[in-house]
Amino acid sequence: MNILVVGLSHKTAPVHIRERVAFPPTAMQEPLQQLLALPAIAETVIVSTCNRVEIYATSRDAEGAVAQIKHFLSSFHSIDADELEPHLYDLSGSEVIHHLFRVASSLDSMVIGEPQILGQIKTAYGYATEYKTVGLILNRFLHKAFSVAKRVRTETEIASSAVSVSFAAVELARKIFGQLENKTVMLIGAGEMCELAARHFVNNGVTNVLVTNRTFERAEKLAAEFNGRPILFDNFTDHLDQVDIVLTSTGAPGFILEHATLEAVIKKRRNRPMFLIDIAVPRDIDPHVNSINNIYLYDVDDLQEVIQANMKERQKEAKKAEVMVLSEVDQFHQWLGTLDVVPTIVALRTKFEQIRKEEVEKTLSRFSDLGKKERKAIEAMTSAIVNKALHHPVTLLKQCSEETSCDIYVDAVRTLFDLAPPEPEEEQCESHEEITAERIKE
Amino acid sequence: MSVNILLYKITLVVYLTATILFLIDVLLRRTSLGKYARGALVIGLLVHTATLATRYVEVGQTPVANLHEALSFFAWMLIGSYLLLDLRYRLDSLGVLVCPLALIMMIAAGIIFYEVPNPNPMLDSWWFPVHVSLAFAGYAVFTLAFLAGIMYLLQERMLKTKSFSGLYYRLPSLDILDTINYRCLSFGFPLMTMAIISGAVWANQAWGGYWRWDPKETSALVTWFLYAALLHGRLNIGWRGRRAAIVAIIGFIFLIFSLFSVNMMSAAHNFESFKGLQ
Repeated sequence: MNILVVGLSHKTAPVHIRERVAFPPTAMQEPLQQLLALPAIAETVIVSTCNRVEIYATSRDAEGAVAQIKHFLSSFHSIDADELEPHLYDLSGSEVIHHLFRVASSLDSMVIGEPQILGQIKTAYGYATEYKTVGLILNRFLHKAFSVAKRVRTETEIASSAVSVSFAAVELARKIFGQLENKTVMLIGAGEMCELAARHFVNNGVTNVLVTNRTFERAEKLAAEFNGRPILFDNFTDHLDQVDIVLTSTGAPGFILEHATLEAVIKKRRNRPMFLIDIAVPRDIDPHVNSINNIYLYDVDDLQEVIQANMKERQKEAKKAEVMVLSEVDQFHQWLGTLDVVPTIVALRTKFEQIRKEEVEKTLSRFSDLGKKERKAIEAMTSAIVNKALHHPVTLLKQCSEETSCDIYVDAVRTLFDLAPPEPEEEQCESHEEITAERIKE
Repeated sequence: MSVNILLYKITLVVYLTATILFLIDVLLRRTSLGKYARGALVIGLLVHTATLATRYVEVGQTPVANLHEALSFFAWMLIGSYLLLDLRYRLDSLGVLVCPLALIMMIAAGIIFYEVPNPNPMLDSWWFPVHVSLAFAGYAVFTLAFLAGIMYLLQERMLKTKSFSGLYYRLPSLDILDTINYRCLSFGFPLMTMAIISGAVWANQAWGGYWRWDPKETSALVTWFLYAALLHGRLNIGWRGRRAAIVAIIGFIFLIFSLFSVNMMSAAHNFESFKGLQ
């Protein structure tokens, strides 16, 4: 059985193509069932996010399956096949395994290490199990991908550093203050970025919020949102000594916080550190303030630089993750290879052993005067015949299990010796067996 | 091979293991290894304790009578005080500094300076273990303050200049580092004070005078004043952060000076002098 993927992602297709090929999450039943109805497809999962649309499938006929899925994509979304073709990629065998493990671990994402993709794949798998389009292989495959992703997340620091401005600000604050509980934030002005950053601070433990604005009503309104306290703009500097984190984004043309003001504030705070985040352009805080001991001033560009550094750090961690993923790929690929072979060999041996036992019993029942020694010799001889007869086919099956052509031998052996189909390994596979059985009838 | 030497070697191996684990944990950011590193360190400390105990039994006096013993005793105190601090603050980045430091001292003590001292009647006083234990505990705690101080200055520099190297991700927050500075000071200062007092009482018994302005005593007093100033600054004038870190570093330099180089000039605090005073 081959495992394959056909799809496109942010790396191969622009957004105007991706949005046309996306599958809405509310209507997954129809595309999944249409795919399963294709003659070459045995199992399938559709992963559809804003950055990628990928169809995973298993098939005995990989080439046919790829062509059928491509055709399905263009006809289902009514897109010209020639227009779609250059954006599509298709992978099979260990490359698919590598690909899905990387995708699930967020190594193939636009922002490396972003946490959403794993959830999106889990949802996609959820639809596939709901509409019974997955069987033994994809079940195992997806579960393995989830565990690889989990391993990457826990054993590397791939997602540990912030890559958005507001999270970067929260993280910097943590590097300065340790914990953010019982810290006080002051919002000066009411820019959108400022508000977002304040929300992140509150979500990360900050309890006290002070809000000030030239128009007091706006300060009151915003303060109500954060359960905070509005402050008059005229004397907001009087409150600065109680504030640990300042977020400013006013439209003021000049500085609203000068060096001398903050020097006095830090003295009043007895050198307890302050973190000032100036999101305004033009800037609200005199940049020289950063030279005051125990004050840390960051403007928008500084935060961007933090993000750049974090990105680099994520990439370093991603390299470690790639090694992890590769080792897991081999493991899964080998399992896939022996999947059909091992139960076939077992079935073959069981069948021959059954025949031998029946025939030996028949013969021995006719010669009741045989001694223990003779009986043993007959048993040994018949066993030797069976083993020798099966030696070559079994060796061949074992050897070919690494190759893709193995399916042919497995199929031949099963047909020639009329072996029963292998027992499904997991409960969920029953649905798959039913579906394939139904399709064979048709 | 005596039990003592065997235990010493086991201690070395376990500390080496802890050091390697901490290095992988912090440098390669495999943070899940931190708990194994700590486990190894706790085992190492227990074996080390047994090493010191057997040495005490073999020689019959507190094992701080020569450079070998002093280094080993210091490493023991250092690991012990790190583990105590770590209980609360979980500082892998401090462990990765403390572990190799202790390991180097142990290796130096075991290879270069290995020597079993003869029992010395002068050290046959209860004040000897009390005095050296207090003094070494103080040294160990101030060493931690020194390491935290360096970490603080590095982290503070990166946050100020906004240039982030890999260190940034590995060092703890400024707040924790500053808290460690304070904790070490509030434990180290009383230890040092008591060490000086116990030394004076012992000196009075042994030589009939509390204070003799021996170079060791003088430099210890200067260091004591420095730490006293830091404690006062912290408690009363809002010294913290960078300034506190710098004072802790200077204090440590004084401490090292009084611990090692002064031994060459001091009559009473020289390991060699123990023999002469017999």
